[in-house]
This record gives sequence, structure tokens and C-alpha cells, in this order.
Amino acid sequence: MAYVFSEANFENDVLKSSIPVAVDFWATWCPPCRITGPILDELSEEIDENKLKIGKLNVDDSQHLSTEYRVLSIPTVIIFKDGKEVERFVGAMPKEAFMEKFKPYIG
Amino acid sequence: MRNVIIVGSGPAGWTAAVYAARADLQPLVFEGAEPGGQLMTTTEVENFPGFENGIQGPELMEVMRKQAKRFGTEIISSMVESLKQIDGGFEVVAAGKTYETKTVILSTGATARRLGLESEKALYGKGVSACATCDGFFFKGKNVIVVGGGDSAMEEASFLTRFADKVYLMHRRDEFRASKIMQERVKANAKIEIVLNTEITEILDVNVGQVTGVKLRDTVSGEMREMKIDGVFAAIGHEPNVSLVKGLIDLDEKSYVKTVPGSSKTNIEGLFACGDVQDSHYRQAITAAGTGCMAALDAERFLANQE
Repeated sequence: MAYVFSEANFENDVLKSSIPVAVDFWATWCPPCRITGPILDELSEEIDENKLKIGKLNVDDSQHLSTEYRVLSIPTVIIFKDGKEVERFVGAMPKEAFMEKFKPYIG
Repeated sequence: MRNVIIVGSGPAGWTAAVYAARADLQPLVFEGAEPGGQLMTTTEVENFPGFENGIQGPELMEVMRKQAKRFGTEIISSMVESLKQIDGGFEVVAAGKTYETKTVILSTGATARRLGLESEKALYGKGVSACATCDGFFFKGKNVIVVGGGDSAMEEASFLTRFADKVYLMHRRDEFRASKIMQERVKANAKIEIVLNTEITEILDVNVGQVTGVKLRDTVSGEMREMKIDGVFAAIGHEPNVSLVKGLIDLDEKSYVKTVPGSSKTNIEGLFACGDVQDSHYRQAITAAGTGCMAALDAERFLANQE
């Protein structure tokens, strides 16, 4: 399963992470997020978690973070490296497309 | 060689899969870039027969998918990259793999049309949205524009007033083509301001990386002006997803796939089309499902005649 991020653990688990982290900004009422969610769960099983951490952030519970990172559309997946945003993808995509995007980070 | 490959996973594709699977044709469905299709970005579907109290669009697609699976449909969640004719059928390439099949059912649907501006593309997800249901939440207390004159524009504008302070409903003509009841609804909503004879020529500000305003043109006088705004939602109709078959099969003047009236047959033997990709007129979940059934039956008959 993918990690669950929140405002409480974001600093430690995402920003201070020693490896890249992919964060899926989502909500229960967003239909395409329901496609992305299970795909990221599967990818979190398949990808070595010592290379790339994959997790979800519910925008309903973490409104400050979605405002801070100017997320205006979901699902949005942001990749953080050394505490900084390095890339973001907006919208649902097939599993292979996510895999392609993650490839550079898992070597 | 397979019997049938179904390309697309909206109500047309899943209905075709249910029928083909029950006919023991072992169909393979490619779900495509937007699994579930347009219904995945709608909320309540109240006019699909059999659901007395309505059903959420994504839920409807989920149960159709399960129904298709129950009868042995094989499902691959990737996008078909190419489709070509070979001896005795077709060759389909998806996610780097090649598949051969005697028949293909095309149910690739239609996708929401964009305004077609460079700035729109650059600011997608940064204030430009293609899904009011998904993104309305981020415009609490803000001002947004909904572009369009049909029922879906009226619906999006009404929906967005739950979050936004003000919704400008903008249309380039001098009247809406939406149904009376929907027009009455937006006119009665104090948060909606109707702006007619106006089109967006540019969305600002690409340099800032967020929507801050728009450049507008009066379609009658040609006069230009700027307006501050936080979000732009377009509801200006749909375009059929035909890139896979362009050059292979006949399209009509609106670029929809041409089918033989009263059937799902295209001009290519063994290639059938159903759902919104071949329907610019009705475009309903139930009509898509109906034509999906037709395509499966047409494919079944075609295969039987081959033997």
C-alpha cells in the first residue's frame, strides 16, 4: 500500500526524506482520483521503497499543503527530492505512464 | 489470433464486452488513457434505466466493468498505440506488445474540447481545469469563468457556485443553446453573471505560472479588454477520439466515425464502432451502451460467417 501523508507527517516523511517521494494529492469526491489511487497502490508494491516512496495526501484534510503547493486540480502527483518539488503531473494516467514518469527516480 | 479486441472502456466498450464474453468470444478490452471515459468525471447519473435512485457515474462504470469481467473478459489497463489491418484481421500494439485479432470494436469515445489556446495548455492544472467536479473545491471564495452555452456549461456554472464567490458564464454568441430549464436555473442564481458575445483570446499569466486573468474579445464590436480571474473552466462540447483510426476508416464531416445506418459496421470489414466515437447526436450513456451491444452482435455474426 502507498503511504498516507498528512500535515502532521509531511515535513518528516516527505520534505526530510533521504529518497525521492511521489505525493498524490487526491480527494474522495474526485472521480479520476479513484483511478489513480489503486494504480499508485500497485506501483508502491512493485517499486523498491528504498528508491522511491509513494504516498497519498487527502486535500480535504490537508488544505494548507494544497494551498502551499498551489494544487488547483486533482489528481496531481508531485515528486519531491531533498525537500523540493522537482516535477508534477496533473490528471489520471494509465499505470504504464506513471511507471515511465517514475523511472528516472528508481534507476 | 483472438476473436475480438475492444478499444475503450466507457459504457459502449463494457456493454460490447458483456455481450461478446457471453457469446464466448473471450474479448480483450484495452481501457485506454481515461478508463471509464466521460462518466468518470460526472457525479449523479439520473437517467440510466434500472437505477431508480440514480447512480454515481464512476460507480456505474465500476459495476459494468465487473459485469464484463464476470463473464471472462480480459482487461488490460493500457492505451492502444496503433491499429492496422493484416491478413485475416488486425494488429493492435499496446504498451509495446503486439496482439492479433479477427475483429476490433472501437469504443474510444469523445473527449472534452479545449479552447485551443497555448496559454490554456500552459496553465492546465494551474487554474485551468477540465473537471469542475474535481477542482471546484480549490476555488472557494474565488472568481471563475465557465465558457460555453450548452447544458453542461449551465451545470458546471451552477455546481461551481457551491465554492466560488462569483461565476461568470461566458459565451461567444448572443444566446445559449442550453435547455430552458437549465437556463432558468443559472439566471436565478445570484452568484452567476452571464457574459454574452465574448470570447477568451488569452489566459494570463503564463509567466507567473498561475491563472490571474484573461484577455477578452467582444465578438460583435471586436473590442478587447482584460479581466481578473482565478480559474477557467471550459464546457464547449466534445471531440471524437479518432487518432487511432485516422486514415484507416471513413469519418464524417465532424470527424466522427461513419457507420452503416442501423449497424455498427464501418467501411472496413471486421472493424466495428460504437458509443460516442460514432455518435455526434445523442451522446448518452444508454445510447452508447445500446450501440456497444450492436457492435458485439455484429462482430459475433461476422465471425460466424467466416467459419
